[in-house]
Amino acid sequence: MDAKTILEVKDLKTHFFTRRGVLKAVDGVSFSLREGETLGLVGESGCGKSITCFSIIDLVPEPAGRIVGGEIIFNGENLRLKSEREMDQIRGPEISMILQDPLTSLNPLFTIGEQVAEPIRIHQKRDKNAAWGKAMEMLQMVRIPSPEVRMKEYPHQMSGGMRQRIVGGMVLSCQPKVLIADEPTTSLDVTIQAQFLKLLKEIQQESNLSMIIVTHDFGIVARACDRVAVMYAGRIVESAGTLELFNNPTHPYTVALMDSLPKMGEKRDRLFTIEGQPPDLRTLGTGCSFAPRCTKAMDICRREYPPQMTIDEGHSVNCWLGKEQA
Amino acid sequence: MKNLEHSTETKRIHWFFNREYLRGCLSGLKELPLFSIMLLIVFVFLGVFGKFFTPHDPTWTDLNAILLPPFWIEGGNVSYLLGTDPLGRDILSQLIAGANVSLEVGFAVVIIAGTTGTIMALLSGYLGGKVDAVVMRLCEIALSIPYLMVAIVLAAILGPSKENIILILIVLGWAGYARVLRGEVLRVKEGDFVRLAVIAGCSPLRIMLRHILPNIVNTIIIMSTLQLGIVIIAEASLSFLGLGVPPPTPAWGSMCAEGRNYIFDAWWISFWPGLTIMLVVLSCNFLGDWLRIRLDPKFRQI
Amino acid sequence: MKRYILKRILQSTLSLLVVTFIIFSLTHLSGDPAVLMAPPDASQADIQEMRVSMGLTEPFHVQYGLFLSGLLKGDFGRSFKWNQPCLEVWFERFPNTLLLAAAAMGFTLTFGLSFGILSAVNVGRWFDKFGKIFALLGQSLPVFWVGLMLMWIFAVKLGWLPTSGMGTWQHLIMPAITLGWFFTAAITRLTRSSMLDVLDRDYIKMAKIKGVSRISVILKHAFKNASLPILTMGSLNFVFMLNGTVITETVFNWPGVGTLVVEAIFARDYPVVQTTVLIGSFFFVFVNLLVDVLYAYIDPRIRY
Repeated sequence: MDAKTILEVKDLKTHFFTRRGVLKAVDGVSFSLREGETLGLVGESGCGKSITCFSIIDLVPEPAGRIVGGEIIFNGENLRLKSEREMDQIRGPEISMILQDPLTSLNPLFTIGEQVAEPIRIHQKRDKNAAWGKAMEMLQMVRIPSPEVRMKEYPHQMSGGMRQRIVGGMVLSCQPKVLIADEPTTSLDVTIQAQFLKLLKEIQQESNLSMIIVTHDFGIVARACDRVAVMYAGRIVESAGTLELFNNPTHPYTVALMDSLPKMGEKRDRLFTIEGQPPDLRTLGTGCSFAPRCTKAMDICRREYPPQMTIDEGHSVNCWLGKEQA
Repeated sequence: MKNLEHSTETKRIHWFFNREYLRGCLSGLKELPLFSIMLLIVFVFLGVFGKFFTPHDPTWTDLNAILLPPFWIEGGNVSYLLGTDPLGRDILSQLIAGANVSLEVGFAVVIIAGTTGTIMALLSGYLGGKVDAVVMRLCEIALSIPYLMVAIVLAAILGPSKENIILILIVLGWAGYARVLRGEVLRVKEGDFVRLAVIAGCSPLRIMLRHILPNIVNTIIIMSTLQLGIVIIAEASLSFLGLGVPPPTPAWGSMCAEGRNYIFDAWWISFWPGLTIMLVVLSCNFLGDWLRIRLDPKFRQI
Repeated sequence: MKRYILKRILQSTLSLLVVTFIIFSLTHLSGDPAVLMAPPDASQADIQEMRVSMGLTEPFHVQYGLFLSGLLKGDFGRSFKWNQPCLEVWFERFPNTLLLAAAAMGFTLTFGLSFGILSAVNVGRWFDKFGKIFALLGQSLPVFWVGLMLMWIFAVKLGWLPTSGMGTWQHLIMPAITLGWFFTAAITRLTRSSMLDVLDRDYIKMAKIKGVSRISVILKHAFKNASLPILTMGSLNFVFMLNGTVITETVFNWPGVGTLVVEAIFARDYPVVQTTVLIGSFFFVFVNLLVDVLYAYIDPRIRY
């Protein structure tokens, strides 16, 4: 299957310059995304998954944060070389993003209609009425009942699930090629979560949309993602196809994450947890950042950061243990 | 009950003995607004001991030295560094002596209005219900009345004197404290450690003093610093209108008022006292702002 | 929302009543009007007669009742000094004060809003630091000194503007700046912090994600959300300005309500003083009420 690579991130580095030191939120992340593919970005809070996504569309919070290295190749062009104006035109019709909390994603003082119609007016240069009509179509596409009524209402009058779908409709209105979803279901009820994922999948199939789903929930990974990349302390430590990752997790962190999930049919007295705390991103050493918490850490792990090693087709890992399997 | 008080929740109030807080304090010391603090120290010092440091007697009139400009301007005299007023009194001496009025009024009002406001806020915020309703109505009324106008009216009725000014400014000033602090009390009241204290059977008085008060001390300190500046300006404004401390006691505001009639030829009479007020109030505001950032970065609008 | 408005109106009316009571009592403490109004050669009996005719011998609550009913009819008493109904005296001066306050408000909003927005957008950079110092300065300078110094620089030294009085638009400039200066600092600070708060929100990030241009994000999306607290403070500021023109008017000899109060006080004309303070309080309570209602209108969350 030779789907085109639509997005390629090479060695991305985004640092935050605070008064107490430089925080290396993203420190050398590389991955690629093909057309129609869904990539899952997994990891604990603070591992840099969200910042990676913001870096792609150049919305890193300034003035503290800055992309300091790497390339972001979208459709053959390096996004880092684009001007602010050019990025404005890419955000929306080319790459779009959904944030975690649908309540705060919508401006409370504007109607649903105004907010959904806005990107259509800007990017497709249609007049108010045409944009309004298209916005209604979008709401229908995301299964909002009675869209004509909803368009004139305000965000606080909607339920959480509806809001997230509205946001979905809003960001997809200009038919982007890549959709980044930052923990899109974390704020939703469990039953609504499934609905929303299903909706995203359907839209993806219709329009060959590529997606990056950031999550800490392996259940979502299993359901929605084709490939997975596991992040730890600002770097990707393992990436593989979803099935391969579940069957053959190699990096001790991935293994530990999987172990933390309670499984049906398994009897245990205590839930498994990973010892220790995530590291301070200001004081990372030269060795592997997971070494302090790793049960299988070796001397070399603490000295040198392991390079990327390919274990199997499409399955690579940054771990000295991987050397044996490669 | 003793055990509950030493639980981790209540540790929060012992901020002063918290090692990490002290360490944070020391590291922040290098960012101290040194200039403001030094200026305020000088202000307090002069306010108390000023009368021993004046180059001349501030009320001494020398009819040979009328309207002398500051010493660096032609016609000036080094013994009258900043110039003299229409009665030949040394401006610098008046300036130093005037610090006394501003200091006394400032501190008296801030301390008393602050205490009153704090008490009202504690009662109103913690006890809630009818007490709260009454206090809030009082506050709103106190804040509805046009501040300066009423101050003027009261000053006229009671007669100009330092004590009256202090009284007036207290009556008008406690409401500001009460309103802000009440908000803080409500916020602190939600803390688990307060609930624990109630469960343990602490009396309301004990809770208010031992648990809530230490947690709003930060706000009190910040407000007081800022209020000091406001009160100094208020006193100066009243003096400017002729309703402040009566002559011959020198006060910065009345010096400016005198200078107004001589603005064409003798700018220095109004200039120096106003500049001094500005420097003192600016230091108060700098300090208050710095404290606000250091003591609680969550503060947004006070 | 109707219930909310009704509740607020009731509260305001109650506050107003208490305010009238307080002011009435204060004025009564201030001295015996009969003595003041009587000609110098009046005898005790004459003064007593005057007292009776002025209703001063009635019990306090009766006097207060008469006072209140007078207020409702628009009768604020009669000025001793000018020998006119107080309301008329007040009305003659008020438009001047209104003009001054409006001009000052224009100055304040123009500079306050722009500095605030620019500071928020450039947070941490030199403009922000400059803005902070400017704001601090604004709140540290006593109003009368600002007026005097402006007068000295622009009228005495440079001769560009007239020193005092009212008349042409040039007369308006310095008093307006003097009055507005203090509040500019407060508005700048508030705008800055309100904008910063809003700019941090997710829906602003969403707007940028949608590809909305930077200017549009700041002015259309962020500012509308930030404007609510600014509106509240702005309106209160306006009333403070209206009630706080005393110093500015005194410095520049501006014939408004501020100078009226001072003149009346020194002339012991308490009805006029009372009228001015009362109306000032009315304004405040009224604007407070208006702002609350407007707030509910703009923020649909309160409305529904």
